[in-house]
Parts: sequence; structure tokens; C-alpha cells
Amino acid sequence: MTAPPADPAPGPGSPVAGSGGDDVLFAVDDVSVRFGGLVALDQVSLAVPPRGVHGVIGPNGAGKTTLFNVCCGFVRPDSGTLRWHGAAVRRLRPHQLAGMGIARTLQGVGLFRGLTVAENVMVGADRHRRAGFLSGLLALRRSDRDERALRERALAALGELGAAHHADQLPGSLPYPVQKRVALARALVAEPELLLLDEPASGLGGDEMDELGDLLRGLADRMAVVLVEHHMDLVMSVCDRITVLDFGKVVAEGPPDDVRDDPAVVAAYLGEEAHR
Amino acid sequence: MATPVRPTEKAGSAPRSGREPGRWAGLAARLRPRATFARHALLALVALVVVVLLLELTGPFRNSQFATMSYYAIAAAGLTVLTGLNGQISLGHGALMAVGAYTAGLLLPAGIPLLVVLVIAAGVTAVVGVIVGAAASRLKGPYLAGATLAFAVAVPGLAIHFDEALGGEQGLAVPSPRAPEWFADAVYFLSANETSSAKYLAYVGWTVAIVAFLLLANLAASRIGRIWRAVRDDEVAAELAGIRLSPVRVLAFTVSAACAGLAGGVLGVVVRLAAPTGFTIVLSISLLTAVVLGGLGSLFGAVLGSALLVFLPPAVTNLGASAGLSDVQSAQLAPFVYGAVLILVILLAPGGVVGTVRARWHARTTAPAEAPEERTGRS
Ligand SMILES: Nc1ncnc2c1ncn2[C@@H]1O[C@H](COP(=O)(O)OP(=O)(O)O)[C@@H](O)[C@H]1O
Ligand SMILES: [Mg+2]
Repeated sequence: MTAPPADPAPGPGSPVAGSGGDDVLFAVDDVSVRFGGLVALDQVSLAVPPRGVHGVIGPNGAGKTTLFNVCCGFVRPDSGTLRWHGAAVRRLRPHQLAGMGIARTLQGVGLFRGLTVAENVMVGADRHRRAGFLSGLLALRRSDRDERALRERALAALGELGAAHHADQLPGSLPYPVQKRVALARALVAEPELLLLDEPASGLGGDEMDELGDLLRGLADRMAVVLVEHHMDLVMSVCDRITVLDFGKVVAEGPPDDVRDDPAVVAAYLGEEAHR
Repeated sequence: MATPVRPTEKAGSAPRSGREPGRWAGLAARLRPRATFARHALLALVALVVVVLLLELTGPFRNSQFATMSYYAIAAAGLTVLTGLNGQISLGHGALMAVGAYTAGLLLPAGIPLLVVLVIAAGVTAVVGVIVGAAASRLKGPYLAGATLAFAVAVPGLAIHFDEALGGEQGLAVPSPRAPEWFADAVYFLSANETSSAKYLAYVGWTVAIVAFLLLANLAASRIGRIWRAVRDDEVAAELAGIRLSPVRVLAFTVSAACAGLAGGVLGVVVRLAAPTGFTIVLSISLLTAVVLGGLGSLFGAVLGSALLVFLPPAVTNLGASAGLSDVQSAQLAPFVYGAVLILVILLAPGGVVGTVRARWHARTTAPAEAPEERTGRS
């Protein structure tokens, strides 16, 4: 699946100002994770500004998903800290993310297969709920009103991704690319400040990938996007900055043009090619 | 590769797929009340009419069978919510019914009105459900089944251990409430029938059942039901959406336990006895069977399943007898047919009765759905 660093598409725009470090929304500082003897992350740092797309790339097994798992509280780092809006985050639990304003899509699809498309997205919007247990139990007007409001939010999010007409279908009946868009809508409906995307382009065709690129550029105007991706064309054309991981270490960091020609990056990917 | 236009849809104009709804479906949709409560209350009213017709058109024997069916239906409804909507399996619901039945057995002799006793039975069992559910929320699959099984085995033992208060092996006699004057009058006015005790108990059981079903249907249709199903389908994705898994699971278990307690209370007054032998693991398994046969997660399926529990065994026994089998042989036929039906359903129609019918219906109504062209072109 991994394309070697290919010819750059013309950049979609100049890198967003402030992506340097003075204005940081979310930071990973010197995080290390060990699984038994395996060092999955080794002193990894990352600084994400409030706007723009930050790419995380690296060969298979480099630790990209593990990095996301640390950011979401699924994996506790052995050392290092996370900072959100400048404050250190201790004992992060996954269910707290949505309330903080962090959304993540899962590698693959991760939709609730027994829920309709609209219901899937409504779960993502659940933090905007008003009605509680009793109004649900007694089917009070409050509950109905709440449901209508959540559904409207969900349909708006689906509409933005061109999937609203699938609202009442089950995800399993839809083509894979549409399912991925539904998963993205479920993340976006929570109106996150930070969006973590784990391989959003896997399984997409060329046209769909270009659309995804446009979409991500659009999102970058109103939130921070961290993108883990294998498709180099997409990463190079969409990202403002890129962090390259290899064997759990950051081997390069910077704007796409710098990273592309970095000897360490070339070596990492050549190493992967040699493995095959 | 067709239109280079990016469809920008507006929120409201969503579900306009290419199919024409059939005339009847359209009419049904127009008559359907918009408010959830009105919709469910209408169904409850229809159910009440069906219950009155069934009970007034059948004799005391059938009446008592319907009374039995009512408590199976209540418990199965609670279990189908737990297992079907939230994905937790419980082999302990028979024991939870015991809690309800013993509560009724202890409180009714004190002269507390039946309705209050049933509410207390549900409440006490819900509290037990919180405890069991909290332990269960950390377990999965076979471990969860094992833990609830241990609970099912332990509870009848408690009754024997505290035999002073709970009557030991003999159990507690539960006084069966008599029909109030006004009730007997109302029935006589309606159908010129006398109100037998079986009939009164069947009315009590089904009234309680309809209320329980109404509340469960409300919950299932609300965001609570949606979150239960989300946790069932994908824990990781649910957590990322901000859902705390444990409280959601405990809530489902508690609601389900309250139903089991309610059912146990009804069982107590119908059977007039709360004894350890009435709440063996067989009861728990029967409930699971009913839920699977009817269709996991479907309240109507729970009714169908409990009807099978009550009406299938005697029907099979009769069939055996008329085919020339001895009494003992034909009595043994029932569990056999039962198991065979269960295996057939699991193999041929894993969605249960309701799930299979629904899937067929869905396939027929949505087959030609031609969605408007997906975003194909680049903009
Ligand atoms: N939960 C885990 N337990 C043990 N090893 C793991 C676990 N998660 C990931 N790993 C290992 O950590 C390394 C990094 O994996 P991952 O983060 O999934 O890489 P990537 O997403 O970059 O392909 C791999 O060698 C993987 O086998
Ligand atoms: Mg990965």
C-alpha cells in the first residue's frame, strides 16, 4: 500500500502561520511506550497548532497507531506527558476525549453495525444531549425534542460529507468509502478542536482520495487535524507539517518539502521496501 | 465519473431515496403519531384490547396459562433488552425473579396492596441488579455467563440457609389477592363472565406486562437505547464518542433486573408460592430460550418466545399422546421438541422469529432503492 515519496502535487496553500510552536493546542512531550521488550514509542514529541493538518507517517509497525492510542488514553505511556491547551493531562480516559474536544476515527471503519447511519452519527453527537434517563423512560416531550435536535445535527454532519441520503440505511449495506465518510461524520459531529484520523484514505480510490484531501484542507481552517496515513501523495499535498516515525523514534519533522528529501526518511522507507 | 458537482445537502432534505413508498406504507406513516409516547401508548391500548378479548373468550384453564405467560413475557422482555440491545448475557435472571417473588411473599401477608408490593419487588431486585451488574460490567462472554450462573446457583441456596425467614425448601406461601368488587363488576358488565381467580391474576399480570413493555419500548427508542446498542456493537468507538462503558452496562442490567423482579412478583401471586425449586437454572435458560426464539432485542419477540414456553410443551405432549405414546413418553417429548426447535432456529433463522420476518420485509421494501449518484467526480 505504501507509495514511495512521489512527485508532489502542488501544495494546497502555504503552511498555516503559527505551526512553529508558540501557539500549541495539543502536545506530546517525550512519550515512550514499551510492550514487553518492544519499544513501540521512544521519546516521541509532537506539537499540534490549533489549525492545520499535521501528518504522522512511517513504515508499518513504526508506532503511529500506538501514538494515537496514547493520545486517546487507550495506552498509558511509560514516560512523558500530554498537554492540552497548555495544561498537562494526567490519567486520560478514552471517554473523556469527546468532552474535551478531541475526536478520533479508527483504523478501518469502526461503525456500530446494528445502528443506522444517522444513529451512528447521533452517538457521536451525544455530548450535545439534554434529555436523561427519566425523560427517555417516560417518553417525555423533552426526550423527543432532544432526539430531533441530535438527528438534525447528525444529518447536517452527514450532509457536509455528502452521505445524508444514506441516513436510514445500515452501514454494512454501504460501499466501503461511504462507510468511511460516515465514520468521519460521526467524529465531526462532536465539533472537535482536534481531529485524529488513523488511515482515513485506506481503501479509497484515486478520486475519492483527492476529495478527502480537499475535505481535510477545509477542516484545517476550523480545527487541528492529525493525520496518520500511508498514501504519500495525500500526505505530501495536504499536510502543513509532517512527523516521521521509524521503529518508534522521530526520525524527521518539518514541512513536506523538507521531509521528502530527508535522508533518514528515505532510508526508513527504503528499509521497508527491502523487507518485502 | 458523472457529475462534477459536489452535492451539498441540507439537513432537512435527507432521506429522499429513489423509491416510492407503497400505498399502505404511506398511509401507515401518515397515521403514525409523531410523539413517541403517543405511538407507544396507542400500541399499549391495542395490546390491552387483545388481552381482554383473549381472556374473555377463553376458559379458566387458558386464563391460567395466560397468567403464566404474563410473567414469562415480563422477564423475557427485560432479558431481551439486556442481551439483544446491550449484548450482555445473563444466566441469572431466574435468580433475580426469585428476589422479586420472595419480596412479594414477605410483603403481601403484611397487608400491603398488590400494586405497591410489585413496585417494591421491582425496586429491590433493581438494587440487586446494580450490584450484580457492576460485577458483570467488567466481564465478557463466557466469564459473564459463568458469573451470572454462579449467582443463579447461589440465590436459591440463600433461601434454604435463612429458612426461618424464607421458609427453607418448602418456601413461602404467597397469599393470592382476590379480585376487587369493582373489577368483577366491570368484567361482568363487559362479557357477563364471572371473574375467576385465574382470570383476575391474568389481568393483573398482563396489565403489569403492558406497562413494563411501554416503559421498555420508550427506553429502547430513546438515546439510552441507542447508547446500549452502540456499546454492544463497538466498545472502542463508543468510548471515543464519550460513552463510559461501565455505567451504561450497569444501567442496562439494572433495568433488566427490575423487570425480572416485577416478573418474579407476578409469578409469586400466580403460583402462590416462592420456593427454591421454582427458580432453578432451568428457569434462566428457559428465559434465554424464549428471547432467542422470539428474536434478540425485540419486545414483540419476547412475547412470542414466552408464548412458546407456555403453549408448546402441552401441545407436544398432546400430540405424543394422540400418536399412541405412553404418558411418560409423551411428557419426555416436550423438552426434545423444544431443543430441536431451538437448534433449528439458531441454524436457520438466527434472528429469531421477529428478526427473520423483519429482514425479509426489509429486503422487499428496500431492494430497488437506487441511491442518487454518489460523489464520483472531482470538484
Ligand atoms: N497492544 C500491543 N501489545 C503489544 N505490542 C503492540 C501493541 N500495539 C502495538 N504493538 C506493537 O508496537 C509496534 C507499533 O505498532 P503500531 O503503533 O500499530 O504501528 P503502525 O500503526 O505505525 O503500523 C508494532 O511492532 C506492534 O506490533
Ligand atoms: Mg496503524
